[in-house]
This record gives sequence, C-alpha cells and structure tokens, in this order.
Amino acid sequence: MLSETGLLIPCGPFCVRIRSRLPGLAKELRLLYRDFPVLGEDTFVDFEVQLRSPNLLRKFFRPQISLDCDGRIPFKPLPLTQAFPMLEWGLNWVISSHAHDHLAIHGAVVERNGQCLILAADPGSGKSTLCAALVHDGWRLLSDELTLVRLEDGLVQPIVRPISLKNQSIGVVRALGNEIVLGKVCHDTAKGSIAHVRPPLQSVLSMEQRALPTLLVFPRYRNGASLHSVPEGKAQALLEMTRHTFNFPVLAGAGFEALGRLIDQVRAYRIEYSSFDQVIPEIDRLWLNSP
Amino acid sequence: MKPRATTHLLVDTLRVPEIAFSYGVREWEALVWQSRSAELMAQLYVALDKADVLAAAPAAARRHLTIAKTIADKHTAAIESELIALREALEPLGMPVVLLKGAAYCGLQHHASLGRLFNDIDIMVPKHALAAAEERLLWAGWLPSHTSAYDQRYYRNWMHEIPPLEHKHRATVLDVHHTILPPTSGIKPDPKDLFEASIPLSGNLSFFRVLGRADMVIHSACHLFFGEFHKGLRDLHDLHLLLSDFGAEEQFWRDLVARANALNLALPLLDALTQCNRLYHTQVPARVFADLGRLGTSPYPTFLRNWLFEHALRPVHTSAFGWTTWLAHRAVFVRSHWLRMPLPLLLYHLTYKVFFTK
Repeated sequence: MLSETGLLIPCGPFCVRIRSRLPGLAKELRLLYRDFPVLGEDTFVDFEVQLRSPNLLRKFFRPQISLDCDGRIPFKPLPLTQAFPMLEWGLNWVISSHAHDHLAIHGAVVERNGQCLILAADPGSGKSTLCAALVHDGWRLLSDELTLVRLEDGLVQPIVRPISLKNQSIGVVRALGNEIVLGKVCHDTAKGSIAHVRPPLQSVLSMEQRALPTLLVFPRYRNGASLHSVPEGKAQALLEMTRHTFNFPVLAGAGFEALGRLIDQVRAYRIEYSSFDQVIPEIDRLWLNSP
Repeated sequence: MKPRATTHLLVDTLRVPEIAFSYGVREWEALVWQSRSAELMAQLYVALDKADVLAAAPAAARRHLTIAKTIADKHTAAIESELIALREALEPLGMPVVLLKGAAYCGLQHHASLGRLFNDIDIMVPKHALAAAEERLLWAGWLPSHTSAYDQRYYRNWMHEIPPLEHKHRATVLDVHHTILPPTSGIKPDPKDLFEASIPLSGNLSFFRVLGRADMVIHSACHLFFGEFHKGLRDLHDLHLLLSDFGAEEQFWRDLVARANALNLALPLLDALTQCNRLYHTQVPARVFADLGRLGTSPYPTFLRNWLFEHALRPVHTSAFGWTTWLAHRAVFVRSHWLRMPLPLLLYHLTYKVFFTK
C-alpha cells in the first residue's frame, strides 16, 4: 500500500500522504503509527511526501534516500538506513514551514485537564526526554518537537507523532518501563543515535482536542546538577521564545502579537535538573500552585 | 491509484478561474500541490478571489491559499523596507541603480507583483561603479555568501553579476548585476543602452530606476529562456501580466521588436511570446510573431523546441510530471549551461564542479 496508493496520516493540522518503495519503512510505520486512524478516500491531502533513491546509482551503490515533498527536496540525501528518521524530519519540515496560521515553536507540549505545559529549549537540553517521561507519568502528548499555537485563538494544536530520542536518552526512557514501545535504533545520523517512541493510545485518540497554554518551562538537563527552579520574567521569556519560534520572521507583526498573548497567558519558569525524580515533582508543584 | 495526470490544471485555472466551480476535492488538491511547487499559490488566490470562486473551494484548500496570500503580502512589505535600506546604502554614490525582475514589478506597483514571492532582490549598477557599490553594501551588512575562491572567480570573471550577497541580520539575498546576460554567452547587449532607456520610479522610491518596458520584457524572457525552468510557469505568468498591460499600446510592440533586434535577442523573446500565448493565451499581434520569426532563427528543428518547452513548462509535481518532463528538465539544464558559456569554458567549469567541489 505504501508503494502504490501511499499511506495517509494525520499530521497535526495537515493530512500527509506518504509514498515509498523502501523495504523496512512500512514495518517501522506499522509499529509506531499503529493506533492512528485510517483516513477515508475523500480526505483532502495537504502534502505528498515521497522517499526514494536520489538516482539509479544510489539505489545500488552505497544506497541513499531522498525526501521529496510536492516536487521540493528540503534536505540532502541520507544513507538508506536513516529512512525513518528522515521521514520524521521531513514531516517536521512540512509542518513548520507551512502551518503559518500558527506560531510554530520548537518545543514539546503536554496536556492535563484541557490546559497545557510547553517545554521550550535549544537542542540537547533534554526536552524530548523530559516530554517522554511526563507522558509516561500520565500527561497527554500533544507534541515532542513542534508546539503549534493557533494565531486565531491561542490554543495549541496537537501533532501527535512518535517522540524522537537521541543517544543516552534512548536508554533512559527505555528504563521507564516495559509499556514504552521503541522503534529501531538508528545509529550514525547527524544527531547521533536516534530512536522513536510510539505515542500512547490515549494521546492518539484525542489528537483533535486543542489545549490552552498555562505553563511555560525552559528545561535544562545538566549531569549531576541539583534542582534549580526559578520564575522567568515576561520580557525575558518573550525574547527567548522569539528565538524558538521557527516562523517568527515569516509571521512578522502577527507573530509578535500572538507570542505576546501567549506570554501574557502563561507562567514561565527556568528549571535545571539532573534526574526525573527532581524535575517531575517540581513540575507537578508548579502546575498545582496555579494562581 | 496514481492521480490522473493533470498537466494543465494550474494554468487553466489561472487563466479562467471560473472553471474551478466544477472542481471536486481531487482537483482542488492537485491545484494546491501544483501551485505550491510552481510558487504560484498566492497568484492563484488573487485570480480565484477576483472571480469569486474562493468560497467554492474546500476549507482545506482555501486555508492553504489564504496563508499563501498572507505570506506574499509580507514579502511585498519586506521588499519595500529592503529597498529603503538599499537606497540609504547606495544613494551617496550618485549612480543610477536599476531594479530588475520582481523588485521592479514591486517598485512599479505593477499587478505582476501581486502575490509574488521574492527569493532575492536583483539590481543593476554601472560596471565602473561595482567596486564602490560593493563596498557600501558591505558596510550596510550585505556580506558575500559564496566565499570559495573558485566561485568568486567564476562570478567575477565570467558572469553578469558579482557573487550573491546576503544580509547578515535579515538573511535577504541581493544579486548585483552590471548587465543582463553573462558576457560568456556571446550575446553582449551594451549596458549603456539599457541604462539610457531606463525610467525613474516615483514617490519614496524615486532614487531607483527600472528598465524601459521593452527591455523589461526582454530581460524577463532571457532570464527564463537562457536559464533553467524551476520557476518557469511563475516567470511566464509574470511575463503574461506585463505583456497584457504594456501590450495595450500599439507602440509597445513596435519598440519590442526593434529592441529585440538591436540587442540580438529576438529568439528568446519569440520563445517567451509563443509559450505565453500557448499557456496563458496572451494576446500578441500576429505581425510580432512574424517579425521575430524572421529575426531570430533557431538551429534546432521547431518540433524539438516545442516538445522541450512544452514539457519543461509543467509544474514540477508528480500530478503533472512524467519521465518525459524529467528528461525535458535535464535537457533544459544542459541547454542553459550551453547557452551561458562557450564549450571550453563549460568543460572547465563542469570538470571543476564535479571533481573539486566538496
């Protein structure tokens, strides 16, 4: 099916058709997207994404794959073994470079009781790892990579997809319990080793439910650090978020206003930690101490 | 099931937006994909909006089109502020600065700039003033983006522009030209003529000039038909709008033919007019075709030429794309290099690009 009609998957505010003849890709998709709904024939397909060999030579000699989205090729080809991570990066690219009726923030977002917590940080700060731990702890996953805030009403649009883990995080999250389902570990990518976690069934089932942002945390994992949690001022939080918002230059004035409204709406904190045992209770405390 | 090949869906809809009333979800989908890959989505929005067809579009399609229009409007606003910055940098030099292509349409507030995306800004300055202009631009934050010694030499010795500059804060790309064609192409229009025929803009952009009407059309035609066709449909759409506007005056066509003859560029202009007429049904007087046909003759058989342009001018999307389109794009790529440089230089350039670039 993947090679002929393609596979339709809901991808946040979009529906994407994936096409590929690559062996192994279907297996990984079946494992990680198991609980996703099968979309009907009459669904409007927003984007078509294809994964294939960049040319005949690279099909056989040091095989590579290339990702094509509606005739555009956003990345350079990668070795064949990195097909699945490439697909996930490609989908992130599709969303963040087209969902311009949203703020596209580089951040994880989880929900409880209709309200959500945004984790925004530079790569390598442990954002996805913390997100996976919170989701394991009962929070609903909205997204581990891209927080989409609708310009219209300030609500966060879920993009339920597998959580992407890097290097040591893979072991850390695996150790959380047997109920965590991990895809194949893919070594030697540009970001080191990568593995994806299957999103929980409950998060998949409620992928249409948007949530109101109320808490913003800038997390930073530092080996051996003791817990350090401080409130962050509105101005500083706004400045930092302009850096994490992918489409800020595109949205210009409308983006600035939307980000301003978001910052007004949330309480912001900066947390440094070295273990889940420190950080999760602290987040729970901040969550419950809502004014 | 592979979607039906809908080769002309996009151009047909741009031309007669009302036909979209009969479209089902599959056609609207293909329309969104094709206009996205051709960078014509906001222009499509403008056409559909004008014909009141937008309300008939599925919500998802309307959403993409509306976002595209919003983004395009931001591009226009950004270009305007970039032009002000450029004026501040270049005004003290007291030399003419001509805006080319998109920036020119924008400066003229021509409807060819409506919904257009701007990947870069193209300007032309007199060759003797290049060094001074480059220095002023450097001080204003426009830094060279191609820094390898080979690229520098390639642009400076052989091309009609200096290596592209990129603004260190705003990342906007600026191409500074000193003429309209690579000197290595063998056709050397005298830039002095182009500057002399150029027209000053009005209002707060009065510092800038744009090419004369005939030159503007000829330049856009050359840019497309001497280059590659990635944005072929878009560039042709620009030309269609320019021609539909300028062509209302009989004098324009006479100037156009005379100018193409003087610049030795009748053939690319003929190609442009033929393709505009074929795809967008641009009104061109029969006499103009006849005159240009006499002036610019092609060494290749007509059927080959027709086949090449017909296939290369399709949206680069699977719904309109087959292996013949792929072949045509390859052929056009080779052709663009062939037209740009004499064979020994071409061989040297390709050898370098294949073996010595990382």
